[in-house]
Amino acid sequence: MDFSLTEDQRMMQESLSRTLAEAASLDRVRKFAGDPTDRGADVWAALTDFGLPGIVISEEYGGLGLTLLDAALMSEALGRAVAPVPFMGTVLAPLALRLAGSAEQQSKWLPKLASGEVTAAVAISEAVAGARDGAGVTASGGKLSGKALFVPGGLGADLLIVADTGGALHLVEGGAAGLTREIMTGIDLTRRMAELTFDKVAAEPLTGGKDVLARLRDAGWVLLAADTLGACDVMIEKAVAYAKERKQFGRVIGSFQAVKHLCAEMAAELEPCRSLVWYAGYAFDAAPDESSLVAAHAKAHLSEVSRFIARTSTEVHGGMGITDLLGLHFWFKRVGLNRQLLGGPERVRALAAQMQGLTA
Amino acid sequence: MDLRLTPDMESFRDEVRGFLVAHQDRYAPGAGADRPREAAMEWQALLIDNGYAARTIPQAYGGYGAQPDILKSRIIAEEFTAAGAPRGFANQGISMLVPTLLEVGSEEQKTRWISPTLRGETVWCQGYSEPGAGSDLANLQTKAVEDGEDFLISGQKIWTSTAAQADMIFCLVRTEPQAPKHDGISYILFPMTTPGIEVRPLKTMTGSAEFNEVFFTDVRVPQSAVVGGRGRGWFVANATLKHERGMLGDPNATEARFAALIDLMKSETVDGQRLIDNPVMADRLMALQARLMTMKFNGLRTLTASMTGESAGMAGMVVKLQGCELNHQIAALAIDALGELGVLYEDGPHLRAKGSWQRNYMFDLGLIIGGGTAQIQKNIISERGLGLPREPKLAVV
Repeated sequence: MDFSLTEDQRMMQESLSRTLAEAASLDRVRKFAGDPTDRGADVWAALTDFGLPGIVISEEYGGLGLTLLDAALMSEALGRAVAPVPFMGTVLAPLALRLAGSAEQQSKWLPKLASGEVTAAVAISEAVAGARDGAGVTASGGKLSGKALFVPGGLGADLLIVADTGGALHLVEGGAAGLTREIMTGIDLTRRMAELTFDKVAAEPLTGGKDVLARLRDAGWVLLAADTLGACDVMIEKAVAYAKERKQFGRVIGSFQAVKHLCAEMAAELEPCRSLVWYAGYAFDAAPDESSLVAAHAKAHLSEVSRFIARTSTEVHGGMGITDLLGLHFWFKRVGLNRQLLGGPERVRALAAQMQGLTA
Repeated sequence: MDLRLTPDMESFRDEVRGFLVAHQDRYAPGAGADRPREAAMEWQALLIDNGYAARTIPQAYGGYGAQPDILKSRIIAEEFTAAGAPRGFANQGISMLVPTLLEVGSEEQKTRWISPTLRGETVWCQGYSEPGAGSDLANLQTKAVEDGEDFLISGQKIWTSTAAQADMIFCLVRTEPQAPKHDGISYILFPMTTPGIEVRPLKTMTGSAEFNEVFFTDVRVPQSAVVGGRGRGWFVANATLKHERGMLGDPNATEARFAALIDLMKSETVDGQRLIDNPVMADRLMALQARLMTMKFNGLRTLTASMTGESAGMAGMVVKLQGCELNHQIAALAIDALGELGVLYEDGPHLRAKGSWQRNYMFDLGLIIGGGTAQIQKNIISERGLGLPREPKLAVV
């Protein structure tokens, strides 16, 4: 029995963090956030060199053939860096093809996805988080119609995996006729989302129904939880560093018990979350029976803990915490988006109760 | 990360299961607040003889003498919990005094005390806290004055569980009043029947006297009863305090309590609706389940760290704070799920689970405070874990 990361996993995570420190510095993130036309092509190129697009794609298609736990560790590093890339499609689209794609679909798309030549996004928000504002996509005679909202990375993706209102999945090419995309600007300017409108858009069906959708949802929950974990780590580090440096009343504020206890509470809340995220990543491949429940709890619980940490770390910074100067708000908003994507905590917990047969 | 067990460990698990099935007619709960009964002492002896209690304690001192193996210990804990089998005695003599003696006791002290303590023949109580020295334990004032070969001990202790049943006390006393406060303390063993000791029950909000106050007036104790050297008591006590904190946040027991909460919410109804079908209640239940999972996996992580000899770092420091709080919240939700029934406490037709949820709710608040308050835990986390500075000391008033 070994509940720890391997040396390889640690090294790969550190290595991605180093790559991101150069390719996605806070200055670079700021620039991205300020320019809605910036697609972050240079950041994506650096991540492609790293091999990130192929992380869960098997080696026969040119990928790294790694597990969801590995992908979650990458997600954590991306959250730490508030990296301006939508990672979800990078992992979920290949998973969809692996679980429900034909041999032909797999050999057509997986090598291109692995090399980073094409990017993918996944439109499953309505099917998982629920439909708002009349959104929802229906399929009829091989054509999709309707709207899908909140699609991370959906603006520029070459390949779209779309869930219809019945939970079936479809593959849509980015250039398909009848597809229009609008930017959805949220609080988190490090990741832009798309509103997709389908007007009788040609789509290829993927096999498998709600069970495949559930796997994608679980993987998405784990990745969001891991991204949040990384962002929370940074917020605590920043608060602690500030508390050691900032002086008031003739002492560093970190020597006041009131401030120390805020920092301790953040750490005490977050540290056990790390174990939950690791296990949720591990269970996706190694313990499928438990996978959905732990993924749900990871998503919902990290959302709750991150709200507490975002608020508390800002408070520890005093007035400086709410300014743009320190950039703390990038992490604050990052976890704010993660909380709502693919379902807020109450919705996810309701699903968690259903999964166990506790409620109807 | 690989949570599979080796075939060796799987067969060890089978062995434990086999033992539990074969002896299920002999299960006897170990002593809680009382002296162990005969059946419990027999069960304890059976556990020791088979290596399920006192597993790593040398045979010379009455233990089983196995090599330490954290994974096997966990398998034993899991299987006993799953079978609902009592784990043998968990008292302060076994969890705190025995490790202390093994670490720093003289050969004579080990031979004399360890075996009868393990077997429940000698019951101990702990004399650490005082009314003026709780969180600042090193400030204790109970004094031991030299009188020939002996000490004369005078002062008062508080929060002393099992003082009324105990044969012996392991006690911190001040032997060097002039020394700096951490250096003047000795750790000493003496019988509770010694003249000059008075035990007064300390009734708590649960309605029971789970603790006592103990008063000493010129209690005569030979100086040879000091453990680990005169003036070394602070270091001796600290060597084993960490065991107490680890015990207080153990997620194993919490899992069983959470399972009982699920059963309660499935079986209790209000206006014909099951509590579990109330969305607010279900939401609270799920939020606690997430916390329980974090602590369970955190436990596996710290376990892995100790198996490889690494420090668990922050993951270990948060156990007492988070574990005790979670227990309290589980009991709180159970009481809310019971609604008006949740206020009942005395025996009667409407009382549920013999009032154990209410008792846990109140007693667990004590555990959040005891063994180092939540605030002391936060100081430890912020200072040792996050490297924040200690609060500057003020002039003594």
